[in-house]
Amino acid sequence: MLGSGLIQGLAVTAKNLVGSFHDPARYTNVEYPEVKTKLPEAYRNFPFLVTESASDPMGTLRCVACQICEKECPPQCIYIEKSKDKKPDATGKMQLFPAVFDIDTSVCMSCQICVEVCPFDAIKMDQVFEVATTSRFEALLLNRNQLAKPNTYYHSIHPTEAAEVDGRLAAERKAAEEKAKAAAAAKAAAAAAPKSATAAASATPPSTTPTPKPPAAPSAEAPKPPTPAA
Amino acid sequence: MIAAATTDAFLERAPVLLRDAVTGFLPEPWRTLVNALIAVGLILGIFGTLFAFITLAERKILGRVQNRPGPNRAPIPFINKRFFGLSQPFADGVKSLTKEDIVPRDADKVLHYLAPVALLAFSILTFAVIPYGRNLVPVELDAAVLYFFAAGAATELAVFMAGWASRNKYSLLAAMRALAQLISYELPLLLSWVPVVLIAGTLSTTAIVDAQAGWKFGFIPHWHVFTPWGFAGFVIFMVAALAESNRSPFDTPEAESELIAGHLTEYSGFKYALFFMAEYFGMLALSGMAITLFLGGWRSPLPFLEFIPSYLWFGGKLLALIFGFIWIRATFPRLRIDQLTRFAWKFLVPLALINLGNTIVWSLMSNSSALMQLARWPVCAAIILVPFVVLGRKLSAGVAPRIYRYA
Ligand code: SF4
Ligand code: SF4
Repeated sequence: MLGSGLIQGLAVTAKNLVGSFHDPARYTNVEYPEVKTKLPEAYRNFPFLVTESASDPMGTLRCVACQICEKECPPQCIYIEKSKDKKPDATGKMQLFPAVFDIDTSVCMSCQICVEVCPFDAIKMDQVFEVATTSRFEALLLNRNQLAKPNTYYHSIHPTEAAEVDGRLAAERKAAEEKAKAAAAAKAAAAAAPKSATAAASATPPSTTPTPKPPAAPSAEAPKPPTPAA
Repeated sequence: MIAAATTDAFLERAPVLLRDAVTGFLPEPWRTLVNALIAVGLILGIFGTLFAFITLAERKILGRVQNRPGPNRAPIPFINKRFFGLSQPFADGVKSLTKEDIVPRDADKVLHYLAPVALLAFSILTFAVIPYGRNLVPVELDAAVLYFFAAGAATELAVFMAGWASRNKYSLLAAMRALAQLISYELPLLLSWVPVVLIAGTLSTTAIVDAQAGWKFGFIPHWHVFTPWGFAGFVIFMVAALAESNRSPFDTPEAESELIAGHLTEYSGFKYALFFMAEYFGMLALSGMAITLFLGGWRSPLPFLEFIPSYLWFGGKLLALIFGFIWIRATFPRLRIDQLTRFAWKFLVPLALINLGNTIVWSLMSNSSALMQLARWPVCAAIILVPFVVLGRKLSAGVAPRIYRYA
């Protein structure tokens, strides 16, 4: 009969009206600035620099200022200046560190290429989205102090990925230690055989170069000049 | 007598007592004048506030229907508490007051200014004859119903005035279309209340409310809506009222999503707010009239509920009808202009005419034997239901139900 469809429609809206008060499956709103939903783990935008410790972020930056990311970044929004001196890195080896590390977030397109190419797991994707600022230039150019965030933060936003990275770094560190120990043992044995007096000089373990992780291998081994963005 | 007791109840007489306490000492011509002014002030104040909060309630209810909270962020100034966004209407008011009022260069300045004022004035005039409670009718007129619909029809003039004065061809076309709609629905609107006048034998709103007094078997009120012709008349009245007050699904004159607000295109700032206000006033007035004509006016539905003052009953019924308007808006999509006028001329007008005949049958059968008294119920129900079904079938043949093959 004419009008039965109208009544059906009214019933649907009435159900929604009442349901929105008691049925959380219908009323799924989150009052945003006060309450925030948990972002999905795969969500990513804008890179940040990983530090080992939260209390001393500048002393424990994983970045060694190799400038690979700077060269690979398609819109060229990373600017790095190497330090003059060295400091021990995550594995205890003496490395350079970035004296200046800037990312212009007004240019960055969150492509994650810098993360893919970094051989030291030093730069990772963040989950920030409230990036509004009151000035167009200075506030959008993030320096290394603003970019540095501790490893614990990385664990909190991308737990799976961070655990995998930590496991790999630990394995690398262990492998390096074992290699150093083995080398030292070999040296000691070699030194013991000819009974050379020079054996004492090689007591310190030989330095190991950090092994680049597989996906980043080509560019890490041969840093190309930046290609124009295709 | 219960009736006498309730008439004398203090709350029932409180508004009139209060007014007399204020104006009682004045000499006669002044007293009437001041009384009238008080009534005007009260109507403007109460309905103005009601308008403000209905806009909020409407947005909240629409939000809830769409499973979102609706406006809830406007804080109360200085104390910075939100109270569910209760101050939103005032924020809106301040916003529309401080907006720039743009008048097109070629517009007819006087008419452009006059249109919203005239629209608002005419819709406020209609409030004068509605009985808001026992002894609470601002103006007692013998031809109150006629006056109400005359004042209501004059708002159409203002709509066309707005379209014409804007000197914008889209506004003008939209105004003409709005006129086509308003005049089309004027007819079923008028035809739907004629039966009430026939049965009550009067055009005075107070007398019509009095005609609906009492209860059958002590619990079925004698409201007109509880008769076959009254129910049909009420439905036709409400459908036509939806169209007359430009409410969804008949809001083609404005059609925010398709037109640029139709005849309101060239209006901004407070003038636009006035149009908005007039629209809600029109809706409130038509609801008030529907209550008076069909829903027993300020009378309570059950005898033992009479201790609640009459004006509260009127207010409750008014809010219920407004909720119905909002519910309908939340549900139905907008009609096209041709569907809309076809619906009026081919469906509502014939049905309203049949309903008029139906009422005559009803009143003729009421004077005879008890058997006839009983028989008139099914007879009158059939007289209106059969044409409804037949007309509905015929009009929707080949049109409905529509199958959406790719949706
Ligand atoms: S590639 Fe990694 S280690 Fe090299 S500069 Fe960039 S962030 Fe630092
Ligand atoms: S995410 Fe892409 S654009 Fe942004 S800094 Fe890294 S490489 Fe450059």
